Amino acid sequence: MGPIFVFILAAVLPLVVNHDYYQHLMILVLIWVVIGSSWNLLAGYTGQVSFGHAAFFGIGAYTAGILNTKLALSPWWGMAFGGFTAIILGVLIGYLCFRLRGPYFALATLASGEILRLIANNWTDFTEGMVGILIMQTFVSKLPYYYIILCIAAGCIGVIYLAMNSKLGYYFVSIREDQDAAASLGINTTLYKNVSLMISSFFTGTAGAFYMNYMGFIDPSVVFSLHHISIQAILVGIIGGVATLWGPAIGALVMVGIQELFRTAVFGLAPKWVSQGHALAFGLLVVLTILYLSNGLVGDWPKIKKVLFRKAPQETS
Amino acid sequence: MLTLARILIVAGLILVGVPYMLVGIGMVMGTMGMNDLFQMTQTIVIGILIGGLYALIGIGMTLIMGVMGIINLAHGQILMTSMYVTFVSFKYFGLDPYVSILISMPCLFLVALFIGRYLLDPLIGRESILPENQVLMTVGIGLCLTEIMRFIFTSNYQSVRTSYANKAYYIGSVSFNYPLTIAFFIALMLTVGLFVFLMKTDIGRAIRATAQDKEAATLMGIPQRKITFSTYALGSALDAAAGSLLLPVYYLFPDLGGPFTLKAFVITILGGLGSTVGAILGGLTLGVYESLGATFISMGYKDAVGMVIFLLVLTFMPGGLKRVTKI
Repeated sequence: MGPIFVFILAAVLPLVVNHDYYQHLMILVLIWVVIGSSWNLLAGYTGQVSFGHAAFFGIGAYTAGILNTKLALSPWWGMAFGGFTAIILGVLIGYLCFRLRGPYFALATLASGEILRLIANNWTDFTEGMVGILIMQTFVSKLPYYYIILCIAAGCIGVIYLAMNSKLGYYFVSIREDQDAAASLGINTTLYKNVSLMISSFFTGTAGAFYMNYMGFIDPSVVFSLHHISIQAILVGIIGGVATLWGPAIGALVMVGIQELFRTAVFGLAPKWVSQGHALAFGLLVVLTILYLSNGLVGDWPKIKKVLFRKAPQETS
Repeated sequence: MLTLARILIVAGLILVGVPYMLVGIGMVMGTMGMNDLFQMTQTIVIGILIGGLYALIGIGMTLIMGVMGIINLAHGQILMTSMYVTFVSFKYFGLDPYVSILISMPCLFLVALFIGRYLLDPLIGRESILPENQVLMTVGIGLCLTEIMRFIFTSNYQSVRTSYANKAYYIGSVSFNYPLTIAFFIALMLTVGLFVFLMKTDIGRAIRATAQDKEAATLMGIPQRKITFSTYALGSALDAAAGSLLLPVYYLFPDLGGPFTLKAFVITILGGLGSTVGAILGGLTLGVYESLGATFISMGYKDAVGMVIFLLVLTFMPGGLKRVTKI
């Protein structure tokens, strides 16, 4: 019942808040819900902490962009194909990186993301290099874009929910908890790691293609960025709560919300210099969250409740 | 003696042998000429000079990784902070960057001590879903450092113009860039100093013991937590020195840290985890091959060389150079 209510609320929200700026913020939140949830599937549930999710985001975006500039196809075709190119890239990266564990895997994915960024920067004949790709946006109003990303986000969370509540979920968690024990039970760990990666990269790639359609402009330093995409995806997951269904969604909301709150200096109420520190506020939040709420806002919700509602009388049993 | 010989042979092979071999192949294939042979010497020289600085960064990271077992993803940001400290002492106190090492090293040592004691230490042994909590904390710390610097100094590019910035002296027709050469020798002195510290002093031995076997070291009476964050501070101090040395040759801006963290990582993996000699070799190798990539492929792909080396090492030689040099 809960999720349906949230969905209806989200569907009605842009009609109520009919302001371009806030609709843009909501679209951003939804994009990060998709990226964060995809990262969470691979990292939180399957235990493979990837520092290179920008690779999938970027390749989805560039699929849409290049299909437009080279083949004169509408970039919406990129939405259909972006996810699939991301899956192919995912299988490739998985082949290279899954033989590694823990921090080595994290850094190998980081290196993969960076290599893709450098290729996109330098293969100017194919990707226009640092100039980036500019396309005409199809819709003037933000509403159609909002509903499209809302459907993608709902689909993403839905698929993750279905996956985690099936046998697949058990396989993923067993790989996270103890890969060798899982393998000794006869679970094909490589196969299931790849399945997790394929689902994760599909949605991230689709989000990337959506980004191309929505923003109308991409370049390697934006969509393949280590700091702005890969690491933000991780931070969204951490703040919200790894290995929870709604964690990344809350994390996305907090991330965009806190940064906008500071960037606008609490909507004009605080002194001007506050707006300089918007990313700093987020950074401090991350540090504090890892220190005190290591399972994120959603994961450590019982802990938060205990602190907030400390006055409630404790029944001794 | 055998170990030293082995190390020198491997170093010679990688740093000098392979590049010249590549030129030789190129000459045989007709795509390269005598000009490229001379260019190769210059390229290797520049590569070794800057490799010395990379080695300093790599040693810092490998020390931290050997003792704490975590990847310090804030390494590049500490470098960047040290560069800002040096910049401030140059701009407002007129101190030469090489003298400012004496300021930036203690400064960053204290900052890192604070970070280790209050931010990283609480996370050791804490139960959480993802075991990489400490690594993610360093990501958060790096982010905070970057943003604090951006808050204070804005994102503008800063640079330091010293009187000797553009000078070079020549041996034959090979030019040695003045600032880089001085930096190389200071880095050399610091590395030798570090070796003496690690081999001869009690604390140095305690650090090496902790890196080898934490439990046994505790049984020997070595205070775990103190050594852990002291090593973090020591690694960061070396990093800070590298930052001061790099300032004359780099433009300074808050986002400078990221690529350096990656380089430090490549060097550490290349050299083998926890191996200081490996980090030195790794740093020199990365310097030389980046230089080769910049000269013979293109400037744009310079950073890609490091990434490719990284993936190659992870795929084919997971122990890093430690397997070959055995130290």
